[in-house]
Amino acid sequence: MELNAPDTGWILVSSALVLLMTPGLALFYGGLNRAKSVVNMMMMSFSSIGLISVLWLLYGFGIAFGTDVPLGETPGFFGNPSSYLGTADLFAEVDGLPTYVFMAFQMMFAILTVALISGALSDRAKFAGWLIFAAAWFTIVYAPVAHMVWGGGFIGDLGVIDFAGGTAVHINAGAAALALAIVLGRRVGWPHQSFKPHNVPFVALGAALLWFGWFGFNAGSELAVDQVTAIAFLNTQVATAAALLGWIIVEWIKNGKPTLVGASSGAVAGLVAITPSCASLQPIWALVLGLVAGGVSCLAVGLKYVLKYDDSLDVFGIHFVAGWVGTLWIGLFGWDFAIDEATGEYVGSGLGLFNGGGASQLLAQFESAAIVSVWSFVVALVIGFILKKAGLFRVREEQEIEGIDVHEHKESAYETFTPVESTTSAGAHSVSSGV
Amino acid sequence: MKLVTAVIKPHQLDAVKEALHAMGVSGMTVSEVQGYGRQKGHTEVYRGAEYTVEFLPKYRIDVLIDDIDADKVVEAIVNAARTGKIGDGKVWVTSVDEVVRVRTGERGLDAL
Repeated sequence: MELNAPDTGWILVSSALVLLMTPGLALFYGGLNRAKSVVNMMMMSFSSIGLISVLWLLYGFGIAFGTDVPLGETPGFFGNPSSYLGTADLFAEVDGLPTYVFMAFQMMFAILTVALISGALSDRAKFAGWLIFAAAWFTIVYAPVAHMVWGGGFIGDLGVIDFAGGTAVHINAGAAALALAIVLGRRVGWPHQSFKPHNVPFVALGAALLWFGWFGFNAGSELAVDQVTAIAFLNTQVATAAALLGWIIVEWIKNGKPTLVGASSGAVAGLVAITPSCASLQPIWALVLGLVAGGVSCLAVGLKYVLKYDDSLDVFGIHFVAGWVGTLWIGLFGWDFAIDEATGEYVGSGLGLFNGGGASQLLAQFESAAIVSVWSFVVALVIGFILKKAGLFRVREEQEIEGIDVHEHKESAYETFTPVESTTSAGAHSVSSGV
Repeated sequence: MKLVTAVIKPHQLDAVKEALHAMGVSGMTVSEVQGYGRQKGHTEVYRGAEYTVEFLPKYRIDVLIDDIDADKVVEAIVNAARTGKIGDGKVWVTSVDEVVRVRTGERGLDAL
């Protein structure tokens, strides 16, 4: 088949858009953190770009989208890791899209999913421990789950609709984040001391970059330019806008004032909820989904104060919860935008419980999300526990109090008081740099 | 000689500076400080978690002045800094034994 230039062009652009989401996430998380641990928080996202890109090329893409290793008669848990290691025909095209482009596009998803987890680790995780966790979780959880859901594995076989990754990305990351919050334990002084966000404009800027990049995430996942791309794009906008409103309405009633952190968080919750469902909802139901997801997430972030787990930046409360809401929504109000191949006519029909589709889609959605929730949570719990026992995960109490940036990176985000220019040992070498 | 120290609301600084300038005060030192008095702090809410901000941002002004002008300086600062709302701040006066101008070595009133 010939390369399809418009489709390929759109997926190249979408890949760049999705990559931008991870630096956006770094700003979103960094702003929510305290001033003494911004560098570490942003480094967890940036290191994910480095580490996961490399692992994806070496074996991740093979596990996720390589030849399925079946379980007897049924599709299995993972693909052959070496499927794309140099020998395969990488110039191949699937539906007009070069494999190289699909590999790059999916690489950005893997990077983001791993980075999402870091929001639960504020102020207290050793950087080396984070890197080991990231590599292990990516290998044992993300790549196989991507295979099971999208790459011809057994979850996809259940009939789940997970268009851009409500289950494979957000529920997956949210479950792992909860596990790590439990393993790592609470920060010193949590929740009685002040952990208020140090830079609210960063939070809004991060949310804006996520929102912008998410059009590539969702509308790009059609892997083509067609009517479904258009629906996914529009639904992404309306659900996110409605979720922003849903969050601030709930917090206005509950806490007395609407906040910029709330508006930014609501937007992210909406983006999460519309991710699995953007190609399977009529826009009016995407709007209602957004309102619900924003409001529910606003309430869900309070859960940690009741159950006493320190999911620092609410990865569970936003990504897991809104991911579940969006995933189940397809089973309630989903719509199949099918085109009859023979006639070219539009033959849309209801998929959900409330529009004539019965309960089967809802059941498939529930089963898939539940399997991924349990798998990710348990494996993350085990990896985290091993790292903790090996002394590789949590920094010492005094380091946490003084600030993880200085201890783990020998860097601080801000110079607040500089009465004397700091001296540098690099000065002795400045001659060689052409001075 | 006296040291007049004022802790005021940040947005009253311009008015205080103008008032002192108008009466011929030739210099002052301004610093950003945090504190609370009767105003106490305020609360902020982030994702449903309420935080009490106890120390509020204020500006501190230090003015060195001749004994006979001290009352007038205090009055000028108080009038310029007053908004009538809680949190307007305080002004106090302390005695100063000696002042030296670094550049010339002049001492006492000559150094002001």
